[in-house]
Parts: sequence; structure tokens; C-alpha cells
Amino acid sequence: MAGGVAGGEPPFLRAGHAAEGRAPPPPPGLAATLRKNLLGSWGSCLITLTGLALIGLALPPLLRFLVLDAVFIAPDGAACRAPGAGACWAFIAAKLPYLVYGAYPLGERWRVDTTLVLGGVLIVWLLWLDAPWRRAATILFFVAFPLAAFVLLYGAPPLGLVRVETNLWGGIFVSLLVALVGIVVSLPLGILLALGRRSRLPVLSLACTSFIEILRGVPMITVLFMANTMLPLFVPETLAPDRLLRPLIGVALFASAYMAEVVRGGLQAIPAGQIEAAQALGLHMLTIQRRIVLPQALRHVVPGIVNTFIGLFKDTTLVAVVGIFDFLRTIESARLDPAWAGPTISATGYAFAALFYFTFCFGMSRYSLFVEGRLAFGRRS
Amino acid sequence: MLRLAALEWFPIRWNRKPALHLGLVTISRREVVSASLAIALALAVLLSCGAASAATLDQVKDRGHLVCGSNLGLAGFGLQDDHGAWAGLDIDFCRAVAAAIFGDASKARFLPLSSKDRFTALQSGEIDLLARNTTWTLSREAGQGFLFAAITYFDGQGFLVRKKQNLDSALDLAGASICVQQGTTTELNLADFFRANNMKYEPVVFATADEAVRAYEASRCDAYTTDASGLYVEQRKLAEPDAHVVLPEIISKEPLGPVVRQGDDQWFNLVRWVAFALLDAEELGVTSKNVDDKARSEVPDVRRLLGFEGNFGEALGLGSDWAYRIVKLVGNYGEIFDRNLGEGSNLKIKRGINALWSKGGLHYAPPVR
Repeated sequence: MAGGVAGGEPPFLRAGHAAEGRAPPPPPGLAATLRKNLLGSWGSCLITLTGLALIGLALPPLLRFLVLDAVFIAPDGAACRAPGAGACWAFIAAKLPYLVYGAYPLGERWRVDTTLVLGGVLIVWLLWLDAPWRRAATILFFVAFPLAAFVLLYGAPPLGLVRVETNLWGGIFVSLLVALVGIVVSLPLGILLALGRRSRLPVLSLACTSFIEILRGVPMITVLFMANTMLPLFVPETLAPDRLLRPLIGVALFASAYMAEVVRGGLQAIPAGQIEAAQALGLHMLTIQRRIVLPQALRHVVPGIVNTFIGLFKDTTLVAVVGIFDFLRTIESARLDPAWAGPTISATGYAFAALFYFTFCFGMSRYSLFVEGRLAFGRRS
Repeated sequence: MLRLAALEWFPIRWNRKPALHLGLVTISRREVVSASLAIALALAVLLSCGAASAATLDQVKDRGHLVCGSNLGLAGFGLQDDHGAWAGLDIDFCRAVAAAIFGDASKARFLPLSSKDRFTALQSGEIDLLARNTTWTLSREAGQGFLFAAITYFDGQGFLVRKKQNLDSALDLAGASICVQQGTTTELNLADFFRANNMKYEPVVFATADEAVRAYEASRCDAYTTDASGLYVEQRKLAEPDAHVVLPEIISKEPLGPVVRQGDDQWFNLVRWVAFALLDAEELGVTSKNVDDKARSEVPDVRRLLGFEGNFGEALGLGSDWAYRIVKLVGNYGEIFDRNLGEGSNLKIKRGINALWSKGGLHYAPPVR
């Protein structure tokens, strides 16, 4: 049997200080870091040189085309057709109202502006994590704003707003609309689908699984084509949904299917023990999901969610193939104008489109990083 | 109970029951399946009944506006301008139909369609009329159940060459290399033309029109070929449009015109006679500017066209002043051509074979009588 220490030798205790170790090297300066990382070895040297060469090859012509040789002010395409002229930004400037509003009636465009400003303010309010009354903003954004936007954009004759049919909608505002509807619908629906897929109810789980798998298994462009060529054959003209509504629903459902899988990834990461513990405490299953499972699960998958949003935002250009004049389609249309026709017009249009999409997607990506940082704050040691 | 029913559907459940609870009622799974099948069937029957078509003219009048299928974007034929308003030859034709029916050219709405979608949209009744630079061919009438009401533009394949080559005719192109878009009838027509004339040529094929034009501009080929209307558009995109010229030969027939569904003769007649009225008005010298003065004209043809003699509009299901409204609100064919394609536009396409028969062209309309 193990006996206690009864007297005898005392436990070991150090008598003096340990010898001082060498101080860690001071953080290297910028130049040293650069030299180490870029020219540290033969391999790095080679990669650095190749990179520099690529930049040297691509950047000057790009800069020349986009800025130095570009035509900024011109009454029509003549100046842009001149030999050696770069991007024709004057063309974008002249077409900007068309690119933003499409065919929306001139006198009613303030309604689009109002909607965009309202939406912008609410989004900033929602995304600014320290803003006061964020719960109110949530309700306003998800309930009041869609209604207000519908009334403003589509019109309400009793309120003195002329009806503007969706065939006149177009441009950037339609692209933003499709993306926003997709984002607003896909997150809640995706969460429900993910929960449904993990449900123990066979019918519900089967329904959710087949919904997700079918939508993920079919290219969106096929469904859009189907909606536009098949639907009118089955459904009489009067009952057929609006031509803008069809891709709107399609985009939202598709994004939901992808979102569901992202969210499911988060749900998988929550140990079953947590749920069982909560049940043992007698918590309601709704409360368990809402207070315990989802907050953790969603936190895990913020990058995935934003990834889906970015994909969705760029997918909105697909609606152009079914005759909706979204932003890209208006550029396609504007570049055909014979008044501006010229060798650089298409390139300018597409460069502008790339800039637009990059700005939005990069913004979303940066915001997601910021949110991740905030959410991870409590977990850092 | 309602709350309980909601819980039953909630994803995570701890006891399994093979049934669906709706409040107080419990339905077995089999019942759910058969009920939903029955509902689906009933819906299908109901919807297919609604598809039976009424007379197009009545539908258009009830709806209060005409719906035309238009091009997604083709300069001169159908393209949105800086304000998003549609403009073009096909567009103005639709406006003329709207003017004849409603006395209001703005009652025409446009549904932009890709070339794949256009016939389905017409077949399904989504549009009343397809005015989208569509070529009149046998298979489209006899095979697909459509009717071409008239020809509004005689298009055909032509050649764009550099002026400094000093070519006067497409027959001088022997041995030339020619840029062409792949997989279109254009490629086929090109081969036919050179074979028929016993000439050699070298096709340089590209996937898109843009690439083909760029290659032509970079001097990779001696000529670029596509439909003549397209040639003028592409010419404007070149760095020096004036250094190039469209050769006079047209080597294929591409008659473009408005299309309607078969089976509604009244509507077909109406669309066809709107096209004829546009041509007749030009032939008789009736324009949007002088149409009111022409009301005092003693020329019988003018009086009949504008509805002062006889009642020809009624036979079409329209008012007697149908042609007056067309010319007043939209103009005659010459005005429409000039505004969208000719000297009044950026394209500067010459009338050529699209002139009236009396001026050496092909446009010939039967008389209103």
C-alpha cells in the first residue's frame, strides 16, 4: 500500500534563479521581412521575378487602356473611335441612367431612388453591429421594407403612385433587387431546409432532401429556360406569373438549396450532448434550436454563408438569358447603340460591369471577415 | 391543438407517428398522397381548359394593350435607347398595329425574346405578334404553325470589304479569305454562292460575330460576311468606318416580317394590312406631316386609304380611320425606314431592294379597295 511521506527528505526546491536565456530577436524591419519572404531562397527569387514580370506585362497596358488613354468626356462615339483611344468612359456616363434604371419611366425614377436609399439605410443599420435598436431594424428590413419597396416600385394607384409594369424594370436596380430577394429568402429558408433534412420525420426529411438535391443537381440556367418556355405552355397567359417573378423565385429557391447545405455543415458540428443536456433540463425544442444549436451552428459557417451570397449575387446575371434587362443585359443593349458603336465600347462596358460586381462582392467579403473577427472574439484565449 | 399540429411538423421529434395531424383531424399517409394527386390532376385539367384561345383581336382589346415579341437588342430593328424606350423598324411596326387598334401608338408593349424563345412565346399566347427580324421560311409556316403576315424588310447576306481593295462586286472575291460566324446559315450561303459561281475562297470561321469582325479588322481576312443589315451595324463599330464598304450583291434571301399564330384569320389580316397600309401610304405620298392635308385630297386611292370613302377598316375589325391613325401616329414605311435604318439614323442603310416597287425596289402592296 502506498504510504504517505512521513518526514525524511523535503521535496526539491530550486535555490536560485534560472540562468537568463537569450532575448528573442527583435522583430525584423520591413525591408528585412521583404528580403526574407521575397528573396529568401532561389525558389522565392524565381517566383518573385515571375510575379514582377507578369505585373509589368499586364499592368501598363491595363492602366493605359482604363485611365491614361481613356476618353472621359465626349458628346458621342466619335472621340472614342479615334485610333489609339482607350476605354470610353464617356459612353458609360451617357448611358448611366439607363444602366441604373433600365426602362423605368423618367418621371417615376425617384421611386427607385427612394427604395434604394431606404434599403441602403436599413442594411447599414443591420450590418453595423453596435447600432441601437437593431431588432427594430430587423423587423423593418424583413417585413416593412419589402412591402414598402413593392408599393414604391410596382405602384399603388390608390396612393397616387402610377403602376409601373415589371417589363419596364431594368438595370442595376433589378440586379440588386434579385440579389436582395435571394439573400433575404435564402437564409431563413435554407435554415429551415437544413433543419428539415436532419429531421427524424421521414416525410419532411425526404421532402427537404429531395428539394435540395434536385435543385443542386440541375443547372439554374436550365430551370430559368424551363420557366420561360414551358410554363406559358401549361398555364394560361392570365395565370402565368410575372416574367420578373419567375427568375426571382428561381434564384431564391436555388440559393436556399445551397444555403441549406452550408447551414447543415454548421449543424453537424454541434455535439448531440448539448441537445440532450438541454432536453434533460426540460427546454422546449424550439428554444433548444433557437438558443443553443443555431447560434453556434451559424457562427461556424459565416464564411460559407457569405460565399453563397457572393455566388448568388453574381448568379443574378443569369436572369438576362430569360429577357430580364438586368445590369449586364443593359450593358449588352447599350453597347449596341450605333451612336456610340466603336472598337472599345464593348470592352468598356464589360470593364464597368466587372468593377461593379467586384465592388459589391469584395465589400461582402470584407464585411464577413469583420463579422468573423467579432464573433471569434469571445473564443480567443 | 393548432400549436400541437405545428410541433408535429417541427423537424426534431422524439416519437414517430406515421400520420399527419391537422388540428383535430388525423390523416393517414396514404390519404395524403392520394389527396395531393387528385388536387394536382384537377389543377392540370383546370389550367389546360383556360388555354383554349379566343380571338386575338378581342383579347388585345380586352387587355388594353398589344404585346409584341421584340429583339433583345438589334440596332435599327429593336433596341432600347438611353431612356430605355424601344426603337427600331420592328418596334415601329408594332406601334403601327397598336395605333390601328387603339388609336394610341404607346399601347404596344414589348417582350424581349431570344431567338430560341421567340416561337414558344408566340405559340403559348404570351405575345400577340412576333416582330423580331424573323426570316420567312417554308418550315416556319408549314412545319411550325405560324404565318408571316408581310415582309417589312428584305434582308440578305452581303460582304463588307476594305475600300482600298477596290472591289466593285462580290464576283471579284475569287480566292479571297472571308471571316464568317460559325454554324449559321450565313456559312452555308457563303459556300453556296462561291460554288455556284465556280470561285475558290477561304472561310475563316469564328464562334461569335464580334470575333469575326475583329479578325476582319485585323486584316486576317479580305471580307466579312453576314446579313446586310448587320454589316452596316458592324461597320459602325470599326475604328475607321469610312475605310470600308458594303458590296452591292446580296447573295441570300432573308425576308423579315411580323409573325402570327395560325388559326386566327382576322388577326392575320389585320397585321398584314397594317404592313400594306404603311407601304400604300408611302406610295401615295401620305406622311405623318401631311396626312391632315391629305384629308382634303381628291385622289380616290388616298380617300379610300384614309377612310373617307368606303368602310374598309370595319372589315378588319377596326375603325374606318385605321390607316389615318397609323400614318398620323407612326408614319409611313419610308418615314419608319429613314428614322430607324436610313439617313435619319446612325446606320445610314440605303433603301436598295427595300425601296418601293415604283422606285426599283421590291416593296409592293395591294391596294386598299
